[in-house]
Amino acid sequence: MKRITIEPVSRIEGHGKITIQLDDKGHVAGTEFHVTQIRGFEKFTEGRPYYEMPGITARICGICPISHLLASSKACDAIMAVRIPPAARKLRELVHCAQIVQSHALSFFYLAAPDLLLGMDSDPATRNVMGVIAQHPELARDGIELRKFGLQVVEVLAHERVHPSWIVPGGVATPLGVQARDRMLSELQPAKAIAERTIKFFKGALDNYKEEISVFGSFPTMYAGLVDGKGNLRLYDGSLRFRSATGEIVEDQIAAEDYKQWIGEASLRESYLKAPFFKPQGFPGGVYRVGPLGRLNAADRCGTPAADAEFREFHERFGVVAHSAFLYHYARLVEIIYALERIEVLLNDPNILDTHVRATAGVNALEGVGMIEAPRGTLIHHYKVNEEGAITWANLIVATGHNNLAIGRSVQQVSEHYIDGTKLTEGMLNHVSAVVRAYDPCLSCSTHADGSPAMTIQLLDVEGELLDEVSN
Amino acid sequence: MAQKKLSIRIDGQLISAEEGQTILQAAKANGKYIPTLCALDGLTPVGACRVCLVEVSGVDRLFPACTTPIQDGMSVTTNSPRLTRYRRISVELLLIERNHVCAVCVSNGHCELQSMATAFGINTVEFAYNYPKLSLDTSHPRFVLDHNRCILCTRCVRVCAELEGAHVWDLTSRGIHARIVSEMNEKWGQATSCTSCGKCVQACPTGALAEKGWAVEEMVKNLGTVTTLVHRRGVEV
Repeated sequence: MKRITIEPVSRIEGHGKITIQLDDKGHVAGTEFHVTQIRGFEKFTEGRPYYEMPGITARICGICPISHLLASSKACDAIMAVRIPPAARKLRELVHCAQIVQSHALSFFYLAAPDLLLGMDSDPATRNVMGVIAQHPELARDGIELRKFGLQVVEVLAHERVHPSWIVPGGVATPLGVQARDRMLSELQPAKAIAERTIKFFKGALDNYKEEISVFGSFPTMYAGLVDGKGNLRLYDGSLRFRSATGEIVEDQIAAEDYKQWIGEASLRESYLKAPFFKPQGFPGGVYRVGPLGRLNAADRCGTPAADAEFREFHERFGVVAHSAFLYHYARLVEIIYALERIEVLLNDPNILDTHVRATAGVNALEGVGMIEAPRGTLIHHYKVNEEGAITWANLIVATGHNNLAIGRSVQQVSEHYIDGTKLTEGMLNHVSAVVRAYDPCLSCSTHADGSPAMTIQLLDVEGELLDEVSN
Repeated sequence: MAQKKLSIRIDGQLISAEEGQTILQAAKANGKYIPTLCALDGLTPVGACRVCLVEVSGVDRLFPACTTPIQDGMSVTTNSPRLTRYRRISVELLLIERNHVCAVCVSNGHCELQSMATAFGINTVEFAYNYPKLSLDTSHPRFVLDHNRCILCTRCVRVCAELEGAHVWDLTSRGIHARIVSEMNEKWGQATSCTSCGKCVQACPTGALAEKGWAVEEMVKNLGTVTTLVHRRGVEV
């Protein structure tokens, strides 16, 4: 038996490690995907006043703090038992869509593009965002512009780009002014043009990735995502739907407060990341996937014209249920179009300027659950408080967690396909990392891997003797 | 009867001040800035924070300006490398003693401790953080006490006793174990002498005392109300 370790997995958010067990003939005997850091938010927030939770839990992540602010604020809304003002609901969805745009742009242009454009086997020294800028300056510029647009909308609304304090229990802190609205509208069309250019380019290049599509986490699982009562894709609100691998709706309209009836959480020996599973099918059988691919598989349509056209084409190409994790990249681009269209709809809604944006109340319920679609999938914040409003118990299911089992299986599939014998190549190493990257996991949800990482795979024999080593 | 005038020097400048004034009062009256944290205009000074330390000629040790009365012929230095170092250490010790996590604090951006640290250019501390496990008192219906953010300045104790006349707050224990307590170590919500006036909250320089329901960065203290009330004491309307 020999063991290969990939640590850290690069160009993802957070720190992860992969170990690959080889048998005596050099075939893959088993793989494990490890998340190597522990955060402890659920424990150290005990005793804090519930209304501090959005600010505290936002620090889980620097890429998508808006997701945690929203899920946490929704849980607080439930504890206060308030219905937030309609304008606040729209402003929250607006800032969320802007965050989806910037986060998806980060994943596609900064983290995935080096693999997709420069080649999985290309020189690791330049296989990073700087390499993309050198070889595909137009596309790199588009990526930077698109991310800038998303972040600027966040800044205009929330006054800060990262960790704003604008999203609060009961609504949002300040209303939207006419000038700010008009500024965002004026910058929307160039962003939409970039999104359309990029998806056209990606679709044109799909034939280059036939092998990846067939082996990158390409296996049947269930999918989950938020939808409205008509089956339209929803990001901020909506109820949870599970769709089976063959396309049937398994469960629909699951309210946030009922998540525990359907989602179990297993602890894994090899990882600090828990593995949520679909309860009726048990562990580890109840594998499902969330995130862009999960959402496009769970929903019947997007609900906006351009995104719907892309949604139909996506499913015409890959079936009612698309199973390859490689298609997360594709789904991410469809969702950028959807988010930009939603931004336009929301900004053109006259009610968005309403000045009543915050509901106030004390503790009216001792438990609250908030659920949204973060860029990487369904995010659940669940709090219990005492009558004074102090947190007594908290449970967070962070989006990447749902995909934990599927990422593990994808690593296994890619390893089996690309690794054989005892000689390692850097390209092999990168294929294994790239399938993890396809899920765009946010492992620590707050640290960032460097663009040109120090990644090492070691091949050890039974006695622990180093047979081979590759690093970049 | 007019107060006796004393002549002192502050940073070399000859100043005429009234007998009974503290160095801080004399300095303020003459437009000289001395940084303070625990002092609140109109309340009895206690010299708790050691941020207002000054040098007095002829004496080697440093004096807190807020509690030291002026003497005729005294020569005071309010700014020197030595004072900067000691003031900085005082603020750093406040920062490391408890859990001041500005990023997630309701008073972020409106905190006197934070402003003082910024003014002294403190972006790292030279001592190890203490990370004590401290409790919150959430029992009051409108306010919350977070010991993690308390710097033991005792402004709350003094404003409640001297201005509101309720004397809900006090200090218990000594040194690093010292805590603000309401009444005889009762839960704040059970303190029958508390009038819920909120003066302690407004006087608190950090997020230790705050109104319930405000999210991160939202707790803006209105110190002006407290100082205005302080100066109205004894004034017939």
